Amino acid sequence: MANPLGTHRGTALARLGTAGRLAGAACLLSGLLATSPAWAASYPESDDAIKMTIHDWTGQYLTTHIMGSVLEEMGYNVEYVQADYLAQFAGLETGDLDVAMEIWETTGKQAMDESLKTGDTVDLGETGMQAIEEWWYPAYVKEQCPGLPDWKALNDCAEVFASPETQPKGRYLGGPVTWGGMDEERVEALGLDYEVVHAGTDAALFAEIQSAVQRKQPVLAWVYTPHWAPIKFEGEWVEFPRYTEECYEDPSWGTNPDKAYDCGKPRGWIKAVGWAGGEEKWPAAYQAIRNFTMTNQDMGEMIGKVDLDGMPADVVVQQWMDENQDTWKSWIPKQ
Amino acid sequence: MTLAGAMAPGPGPLRRPWLLLWAAALAILVALWLAAAWQPWLTVYPEAWILPLRHWISDAMRWLVKDASFGLFTFKELTRALAWLLDLPLQACLILLSRGFELPLGAGVTVPPLSWLGVLGAMTFAAWRAGGSRLALLVGLCFGYLVVFGQWDSAMVTLSSILVAVPIGVVCGGLLGIQGHRSPAFERAITPVLDLMQTVPVFAYLVPVLFLFGFGPVSAMIATIIYAMPPMVRITMLALRGVDRQVVEFGRMTGCSPRQMLWKVLLPSARHSLMVGVNQVIMLSLNMVIIASMIGAGGLGHDVLTSLRRLAIGDGLEAGIAITVLAISLDRLSQAAANRAPTPVHLRQQQSFVERHALLLGLAGILVGSYLLAFVVPGLRSYPAALTIDTGPLFDDLVEWINVHLFTYLDAVKSALLIHVLIPFKRFLVEAPWPGVALVLGVAGLRIGGPRLALLVAGLAVFIAVTGNWEKAMISVYLCGISVVLAMAIGLPIGILAARSERFHRVAQNVVDTLQTLPSFVYLIPVVMLFQVGDFSAMIAITAYALAPAVRYTDHGIRRVPGEIVEASRMAGCKPGQILRKVQIPLAMPEIMLGVNQTIMMALSMLVITALVGTRDLGQEVYIALTRADIGHGLVAGLCVAFLAIIADRLIGAWAARRKQELGLD
Repeated sequence: MANPLGTHRGTALARLGTAGRLAGAACLLSGLLATSPAWAASYPESDDAIKMTIHDWTGQYLTTHIMGSVLEEMGYNVEYVQADYLAQFAGLETGDLDVAMEIWETTGKQAMDESLKTGDTVDLGETGMQAIEEWWYPAYVKEQCPGLPDWKALNDCAEVFASPETQPKGRYLGGPVTWGGMDEERVEALGLDYEVVHAGTDAALFAEIQSAVQRKQPVLAWVYTPHWAPIKFEGEWVEFPRYTEECYEDPSWGTNPDKAYDCGKPRGWIKAVGWAGGEEKWPAAYQAIRNFTMTNQDMGEMIGKVDLDGMPADVVVQQWMDENQDTWKSWIPKQ
Repeated sequence: MTLAGAMAPGPGPLRRPWLLLWAAALAILVALWLAAAWQPWLTVYPEAWILPLRHWISDAMRWLVKDASFGLFTFKELTRALAWLLDLPLQACLILLSRGFELPLGAGVTVPPLSWLGVLGAMTFAAWRAGGSRLALLVGLCFGYLVVFGQWDSAMVTLSSILVAVPIGVVCGGLLGIQGHRSPAFERAITPVLDLMQTVPVFAYLVPVLFLFGFGPVSAMIATIIYAMPPMVRITMLALRGVDRQVVEFGRMTGCSPRQMLWKVLLPSARHSLMVGVNQVIMLSLNMVIIASMIGAGGLGHDVLTSLRRLAIGDGLEAGIAITVLAISLDRLSQAAANRAPTPVHLRQQQSFVERHALLLGLAGILVGSYLLAFVVPGLRSYPAALTIDTGPLFDDLVEWINVHLFTYLDAVKSALLIHVLIPFKRFLVEAPWPGVALVLGVAGLRIGGPRLALLVAGLAVFIAVTGNWEKAMISVYLCGISVVLAMAIGLPIGILAARSERFHRVAQNVVDTLQTLPSFVYLIPVVMLFQVGDFSAMIAITAYALAPAVRYTDHGIRRVPGEIVEASRMAGCKPGQILRKVQIPLAMPEIMLGVNQTIMMALSMLVITALVGTRDLGQEVYIALTRADIGHGLVAGLCVAFLAIIADRLIGAWAARRKQELGLD
């Protein structure tokens, strides 16, 4: 992907200014209430760049760049900053970073709640996308293990998924330790004959899945969506008892009366979070971010274009912007 | 443990008291081992005893970031001002090389960056001036690769940060080195700091750097400087000390002031050695490209990471090779510049202005000419995408082919090694009682270097236990130990062959250079595809990276065996095999051991990278701390890695020094 942040920032700056203001004006005209021209001057409220964080997965890059492009159309300066998913909260609290577009309930809820408690960050609402994270297997495994996707069939198939290190237990490839996920607890609570092996990174995790699929060998791993893998590889999610909050908090809930976590992983929202100071600095921008919505379907298709077809991410973003004018224009606040 | 084991029977006469001491230490170790069955604290350090050092460090850091103040301004304001200052040259380089500049006139009037042809031409011209046509060809080909394979834009972003980081590293390192040369007390104070700078994994201090200097390319650059500077300091001190006595005497006799002595006598005389330091700074800075891109440096490192995340192995490899190519051309260029004899002063005065400034004039001519030309021929501004070569799919297919067709064999080898070697060795180390290991290390230190060394190594081992990292440290030792043995097993024969044949030497050197500068992440992902997530993949990656010093030092050590001795043994009727076994290798042993030492250092520095494929050692601790922004946790785990390195380094270093003395090689 020939897109170093530097050049992108360059084009972003070049595209700013006139074009942005024109688009802003155009959108005002198209608005139901073409109110006083004074509104046009009221945003951008500040020329300081809104610093949006970029992490290490494609979907987040797309979400952020779509929102960033919309903000640029509104006339804001936007800067994209590479930052770690969890480490970024430190930056968001001080205003070094301003907006993080994708905090997943499944992996980032704890860090986000802690950060919100400080009062230095604000919740910018759900993005409309639904995160699904669960144990996953390729479709051809069903031949060897017909009981799936029911989780109760897992123990019968432990041998199928076993590797020399884990024998006789099955091998479940979990996400990086930092993603959390409570898989060790789940294995224990549900009495599964599996050993959890953590991949160190997203890349390593999917490298192993792809390698197994190429060889048509059984693999049981943590897959999430929106992501290209479930689009590219035909497969299914293991069906655990449905997640509820009680399941994680109350040991008596569920099949195992003594232990919590005897259920699947939570499926949940993906939220945007921002630096609290931005609320006053760029209120209209924050409002637009709150209005952002995207479906899993749309996002999945875009991720597929980038990761599977090898299209440059910026081209995909631009394409979406061109084709969905009405959608993103509706996010821009009108008063 | 392995270290102590390797030390124990050390060659040389075993005297009785030592034998007794060793027997006693080993007996205690075994006793503790057996005792561990009902005293579990011997193997698993109890949590209640852990010194909460990491919390203290976190608190101290919080104070530093939030409250520390010098009255007029806070500590954070100071660091932020520094970051702003460092950002200026970086932005200038970026404007020049990569993104141009938008004039504040509005309406999108921009000044474009330098043309690729200009930069390529300028580098080739500089190479020609410094090292003749062969070097020019090499550098031209290297930069040509960047152009043709479509890596140019990213490479220029990376080059910009190198162009800023390297001079800063060189100047700061040089100044510290000069200070160290002037004052022995300063040298003593700074040496342990340098040790830590080189051995604490970068991930461990990324978070504090991010807090203090903000998110973005400048923080990445500062981390790069911290990592790349120490060799410059060391080499400066060494180089100044190594200046010929007579030269210094002569300077003194002509009545130099201390300042003149330094700038006019010492530094110019030490120029050659100083360039070795510059060279090291360049190489280490390029080593950091991947890690720097994780915190916002962009450029080639970013390309490698994003390609591999899409599992586009070929694209990742192309970007990775671009880093290698940059490293090799900058390395050779700086070496050639150092080796070129300067024109003597009396000749310079006879030269015309043009002759004296031929290099600068030529560079300026090429850059300006191509810049202007690019306004006419847009293809010179940015290389047309249609003309780039993409070999990415080729490599993807290759890996897939290996995966589908050879996996069964690879898997069999892997399983056998895992079951018979790796897992038993891991279990052995994890179950070793920590007080016993510390004791054995202490005895080894006492035997090799005396009581101070003994205290140091035992103390460091106890530190690791007391901060609650014993088990992770043992897993690190296991991974590194196995990899080092493997690297030596491969590297020794290659080094021996390289020492005997000039042609093989050249090939080996190029391969080793590539292995060291190619970002390990590039081969880590294919390795995972073939060997799955786990210790085995980590071991392969560590071995590949740590191979370089094993080859280099063996080669160097055997070459340095005095010719007369080899000649004498030939006269005495030794066959070639005997010469190698009985003369060359024993005499080269101290040098080879230094190679082992470097191999261990390299292996330890890879731990953090292998954490990315899911090992459960100190590297993983550092990595977890990084993603949780837990400063104390990261630094303490990082210190433990550093201490493992220091233990190995001190023991082996002392042994090699002693052995050299015994062999009369010094």
